[in-house]
Amino acid sequence: MNVFINGIGNVSPQNTLDNEDFLSDLINHSGESLYSVKPDYKSLIKGVNLRRMSRLLKNGTYSAQQCIEDAGQNELDAIITGTGMGCLADTEKFLANVYNNEEGVVSPTQFIQSTHNAMSGQIAMMLQCKNYNFTYTHRGSSFESALMDGMMLIEEEANHVLVGGLDELTDTYIAITKRMKLWKNEAIPQLDLLQHVGPGSLAGEGAAFFMLSKKPGDKCYANVKGIKMLFRPRSGDIVKKEIEELLQENKLTVDQIDLVVEGVNGDSNVDQTYYDLNESIFSNSNICYYKHLCGEYKTASSFGLWTACQILQKQQVPEVLKLKPFQTDGIKKVLIYNNYNNCNHSILLLEHVTT
Amino acid sequence: MPEKIYISGIGAISSIGVNVPELLASIRSSRHGIQHIVHLDTSHRGNLPVGEVKLSNEQLAERIQTEKASNFSRTTLLGIVAAREAVAHAGIDIQDGLKTGIISSTSVGGIDKTENFFKKFFADPTSGRLRNITSHDCGDSTENIAVDLGVYHYISTISTACSSSANAIMTGARLIRHKILDRVIVGGTDALTKYTLNGFNALKILDTGHCKPFDQNRNGLNLGEGAAYLVLESEKSLKQRNAEPICYLSGYGNANDAYHQTASSPEGNGAYSAMEIALKQSTFLPGDIDYVNVHGTATYVNDLSEGTAMSKLFSEGMPRFSSTKSFTGHTLAAAGSIEAVISVLSIKNNFIAPNLNFQSSIEGLNMVPVQELQENIEIRNILSNSFGFGGNCSALVISAL
Amino acid sequence: MEALISKLKEQLIEQLNLEDYTPEDINEDDSLFESEMGLDSIDALEIIVLLEQEYGVKIQNKEDGEKIFHSVRTIAEHIQANS
Repeated sequence: MNVFINGIGNVSPQNTLDNEDFLSDLINHSGESLYSVKPDYKSLIKGVNLRRMSRLLKNGTYSAQQCIEDAGQNELDAIITGTGMGCLADTEKFLANVYNNEEGVVSPTQFIQSTHNAMSGQIAMMLQCKNYNFTYTHRGSSFESALMDGMMLIEEEANHVLVGGLDELTDTYIAITKRMKLWKNEAIPQLDLLQHVGPGSLAGEGAAFFMLSKKPGDKCYANVKGIKMLFRPRSGDIVKKEIEELLQENKLTVDQIDLVVEGVNGDSNVDQTYYDLNESIFSNSNICYYKHLCGEYKTASSFGLWTACQILQKQQVPEVLKLKPFQTDGIKKVLIYNNYNNCNHSILLLEHVTT
Repeated sequence: MPEKIYISGIGAISSIGVNVPELLASIRSSRHGIQHIVHLDTSHRGNLPVGEVKLSNEQLAERIQTEKASNFSRTTLLGIVAAREAVAHAGIDIQDGLKTGIISSTSVGGIDKTENFFKKFFADPTSGRLRNITSHDCGDSTENIAVDLGVYHYISTISTACSSSANAIMTGARLIRHKILDRVIVGGTDALTKYTLNGFNALKILDTGHCKPFDQNRNGLNLGEGAAYLVLESEKSLKQRNAEPICYLSGYGNANDAYHQTASSPEGNGAYSAMEIALKQSTFLPGDIDYVNVHGTATYVNDLSEGTAMSKLFSEGMPRFSSTKSFTGHTLAAAGSIEAVISVLSIKNNFIAPNLNFQSSIEGLNMVPVQELQENIEIRNILSNSFGFGGNCSALVISAL
Repeated sequence: MEALISKLKEQLIEQLNLEDYTPEDINEDDSLFESEMGLDSIDALEIIVLLEQEYGVKIQNKEDGEKIFHSVRTIAEHIQANS
């Protein structure tokens, strides 16, 4: 399998709006939730009715446009997005409207904007792309499902597929998930996340887009060689087996992987899978992590892919990403592993592309 | 030649039956399911007729007899009933070593429970039972169905509004063709909720009477609820277990109108493209289509737009067509799969369902649907349309063996 | 009437999220739906909601709305005639 990533876009809790810059200006917020850095929407988004859009849709539109310009490609064969929770702000607003008006006269805008495929539809309108358009909404596999679909399309007849993963935070969502004890109890500096061992992570959000293409472009971030997704694997051994199988399918062993990018998120209820792997098959590997930068959300693995793409294209690994210090003289093969809530696991294999 | 995708099992629950035999009997006797709301607690009861499943949540939970059933959202309950029926109908043993997946779809997810949560939460953010909010997201019903069936190999959820389950069918077929799965359970589920009832009411596209699809005097849609699943299998899978399929999925297509967030383009461009792509893949010509199960929601815009697209596609002769939404109501994400199940039944049992409440055709279109049940006719190829918000247009071609 | 027109402009800007506009930018006699503001059928529904919630004026059919909503002035006249 060969699927090339020729463009990226990322609106996130870090300074990621300039693809040429790779985490040189870190944000170290102290708090329980990490909101995205707000872009100057109008600087990039032209001719689109921003006024109705929620923050999620605006961030997604900006990120998609960033990716399209990065790839220099706006004729698309498909647009596919993945979102775990969908348009939360508009859902909450509409629910509140219905409740407050006792099911009387209610404004329709938030209802329309809350449909899960509003993002994919919005991008299609912006680009007048009348081709294949899908939205996946499956928890911690939402982004991976979108990516898998895009990869299948490239293997079929598509030349360029835009794939994105996005989710947003709202005050209500934070209040509810705090009650579920998903987050750290105290406000901690985000970059110190892994030093605060215990239950809970940091709530995050983001919108990351990728241009998948059949051939490498003049600027190519990575070649995606394979993907595997797992649902509630009964043991860590099954995860290990799937990793080894993915590598075998690509005639590789773990020793040939230059870097492993993990979705370890500081939550002791979930991180054990990573630590078990780090003591077994990854015991000699160089390991990076990223959720201290973006927080945890159902499509956070899209930030992980963004991180791996930047590493491969720039051949740089910023210190802030390293789980333990290491040196390398060239990153050619990267494995990305994510575990969302011990339910949705994904493994991605990427290769460097010389341009 | 792409690998043939067989349909080996079907299951459905809707306002016209809790299973496929009941659904078939209802269609055969022109017994629709549109009436005033019974179970949903809403102030629109008595004003807005809907296609409600004739069972309460408690009755549905009792039907499925699972430990956690009393905690499941209505969307999950409906989904489990239909998915179990499809799997039983196909006669598959999920644990037989073949790679089995599930691609489900929903537009509301567990919002029926979310509504209960927010009633308390809005008044006091420390109140509201947390178990009422954990089923909110779209993936919840899919995972509950997967666990119920014992499916672990590949699981995902699609949400593209009213084309969702047609898209789930498409994705399932492609996963088989890419050899990621040997067989897959595909479809969708949506429960009636205050959210969608008030949402569609705000858009002023609900009929306060029984809907009239493709009629000049149509006034909008009746919302419905339900779930339907199909089992798609590869030839390898069927051979291994020595089973016979019912029919096959010969083509599918998805395209985007890129016109407006909710309304279709007047020319029906997205609809036309989706139908054209599906037909092309099937290798059949427009003249080979014996029946079209139209999206036919009975809104002013959809029926005009869909009719315009069909007139262009079938310029050499319009096949028989009908909208079964006058039976079931518009079941949102489940519509595509419920109508695919009806299409499979049509092929197997040689009938065409009538388009109820039709009196006069849409001005300028000259399209007259099938108005009485037609039986004992050979149906070789059916085109089934599903179009959703966000310009999402999907079409399936289902064919006799 | 002028006070109503002035108030309506502010309310329309808020209800329709016309974040780039001030009341001074809107001419009360200009066509609302054929202007650069890019109003569409969803905005027509929002104006129906505004009239009912703020003024108790109901518009039964979307189609009637299209005539009444020609301009800010025609909306104001309809409100005055019906409240």
